[in-house]
Amino acid sequence: MSATSAATRTELPAAREGKPFKRRIGLGTWLLPAYVTIAFVFLLIPIVYTFIFSFNDSLKSNIVWRGFTFDNWLGICNQVEVCIAFGNSLLVGGTATLIATTLGTMIAIALVRYRFRFRSGISLLLFLPMATPEVVLAAGLAAEFLTAGVQKGLITIILAHTMFCLSFVVVTVKARVTTLDPALEEAGRDLYGSPTQVFWRVTFPLLLPGIVAAAMLSFALSFDDFIITYFNAGIVQTFPTYVYISAARGIPAQANVIASAVFIFAIAIVLIAQITNASRRKRLGLN
Amino acid sequence: MAAASGFAESGADLDLVGIQKRFPGFTAIEHLDLTIPAGSFFALLGPSGCGKTTTLRLVAGLEDPTTGQVLIGGKDVTKLRPFERPVNTVFQSYALFPHMTVLENVAFGLRRRKIADPIDKAHEALRLVELDHLATRKPQQLSGGQQQRVALARALVNRPALLLLDEPLGALDLKLRRQMQIELKSIQESVGLTFLHVTHDQEEAMTMADTVAVMNKGRIEQMGAPEVLYELPRTAFVANFLGQSNLFTGPVAGTTADAISVDVAGVKVVVPKSRAARHTGTVTIGVRPEKLALHTEKPATDASTNALGPGRVIDVSFTGVSTQYLVDIPGVGNVTVFTQNMGFGPTAHEGAEVWVSWHVEHGFGLEDDPDAEPRFSPDADTQMLAVQTKNELQSELEAEEA
Ligand SMILES: Nc1ncnc2c1ncn2[C@@H]1O[C@H](COP(=O)(O)OP(=O)(O)OP(=O)(O)O)[C@@H](O)[C@H]1O
Ligand SMILES: [Mg+2]
Repeated sequence: MSATSAATRTELPAAREGKPFKRRIGLGTWLLPAYVTIAFVFLLIPIVYTFIFSFNDSLKSNIVWRGFTFDNWLGICNQVEVCIAFGNSLLVGGTATLIATTLGTMIAIALVRYRFRFRSGISLLLFLPMATPEVVLAAGLAAEFLTAGVQKGLITIILAHTMFCLSFVVVTVKARVTTLDPALEEAGRDLYGSPTQVFWRVTFPLLLPGIVAAAMLSFALSFDDFIITYFNAGIVQTFPTYVYISAARGIPAQANVIASAVFIFAIAIVLIAQITNASRRKRLGLN
Repeated sequence: MAAASGFAESGADLDLVGIQKRFPGFTAIEHLDLTIPAGSFFALLGPSGCGKTTTLRLVAGLEDPTTGQVLIGGKDVTKLRPFERPVNTVFQSYALFPHMTVLENVAFGLRRRKIADPIDKAHEALRLVELDHLATRKPQQLSGGQQQRVALARALVNRPALLLLDEPLGALDLKLRRQMQIELKSIQESVGLTFLHVTHDQEEAMTMADTVAVMNKGRIEQMGAPEVLYELPRTAFVANFLGQSNLFTGPVAGTTADAISVDVAGVKVVVPKSRAARHTGTVTIGVRPEKLALHTEKPATDASTNALGPGRVIDVSFTGVSTQYLVDIPGVGNVTVFTQNMGFGPTAHEGAEVWVSWHVEHGFGLEDDPDAEPRFSPDADTQMLAVQTKNELQSELEAEEA
């Protein structure tokens, strides 16, 4: 012990005279990058797999690699069912998003801006669909539609999706409304804006980022939803239910194409948003 | 109404009749009767939280009065909504639209009323506040003072019959503030608009306004021309909110045809009857610090002069143009004296024995009942504290040296 400490003592000044500092290789220097790499690999492998197999020259099932081809991409609707299911998903997602975003925005504004009876009660109830297990909700809805004698189909899917999207829209938009300074709307009214004009020229543009976020979230949730759709779809198939059902007899490569395309589309939107934002900031900075 | 079809040709009267405003659990305005003649510059002065902003909001229609009526140009607008009133506001918090450029902010009101050439007029208004070069910026890219000037331009550009200004110059430095004051005044005078201007700055209120109203706890304490308000305050609050005052309380000991004499710690102090609100009982009288003369020897008194003393100078502060003395007179309390620096340095030093005197005509008598609960804490309190702290520090230093 004493020997080593003596050694370090004598060595220390020498070390200082030499290189200024010897960089210590800490745990953080390699642990963090390694962790990030592993996480990304873990996240991306299924996507990469899906993407690669969208180019597989497959027959019925798309599990074994049989050679590269563009056929699947060029002829998505050769497999008509995939195409119809995808179309249904877009229709349901689009309609549910539109209704839920419109209604949800109005509810959010009402909840923040007005005092009325059962206000906090309504706030609480709106959280319920988010808190309830999806299977329970799905089964409950299915039973309800049965009792009410509503034919299951596109309409019931849209209704169900609108219902659970609504909660998410209200929560998202509400956060935005809360941070909106009421003085801005007052200024609008003071400057001769009628209530309608003030809404469209002041309130709406200021809430827009929240509304867009809510709409995107709604669409993603609806497009992705399996359980509630499965219980309430009748014979109609959306993209997730189609993939699930065809998994038994083999998922066609066209499904991979659609999944990859959706992924690329989403990434493209994010990139475009980032780039326009950056360029706008640059332009303003130059002013 | 002229404002509905374009720019106002002239200002409009504003009448507030029996206004009361209660918020849940709080009365912001107790009772307000106010008339502002067309084309006048009216300043509303008062401490924080006294109800100034609330008054403006009632006039603009952003708040409904609990009781009472708002009349603009003789027309009852109590039930009209904000956008139907010929009124614009410069908001205390600016309230600029963050999603619009400065130019679009200013053009907003013009566009809503479909006035021709909104962009040209907006540029013109921006030139007036010297911000035209920043017209394409967003509000958050401006400094506080610049934002305030945009808010001013955004309201002014509409040339409303009645303009409400809620501390519109608060964020500006002194030079810009003076400049804007002159601009505002000239706009107001050239078009003859009615301005209702809320401010904390008594100097601003006195220099710009035709009429100044001092507000306290949801009431107007006193209202009048700036000189009248300053020379003849009616309440202790006004006497100390507009400038400083030395106040003395005592029983009325004698009355002549045109004056009362008040017993202040055994000395008779005379105040003209015309300048005293009450002539009997216990009264509070006052005199402005700059009206006092400081003497190092007992002054010869006559019928036209009041004198108090002797007392001891307990603080001297040199402010450049004047020197401020704090004199402790036994039985009377602290008296503040401002003297012009005509010669060099102070005429009396700390600890000196002095007398104060003033012309009888300069005194005033308040209408406050001194026995009632005091509605303010006198300025002397903070002054006393400052003196006390100073003395403590000094003795500490001396002790250290020893
Ligand atoms: N919406 C409200 N609800 C309850 N009380 C309010 C409301 N608005 C204002 N008040 C109260 O009314 C009083 C007067 O407020 P106001 O904003 O008019 O003050 P002010 O004179 O403009 O003050 P400052 O000089 O600080 O701006 C304050 O005590 C305030 O707390
Ligand atoms: Mg205020």
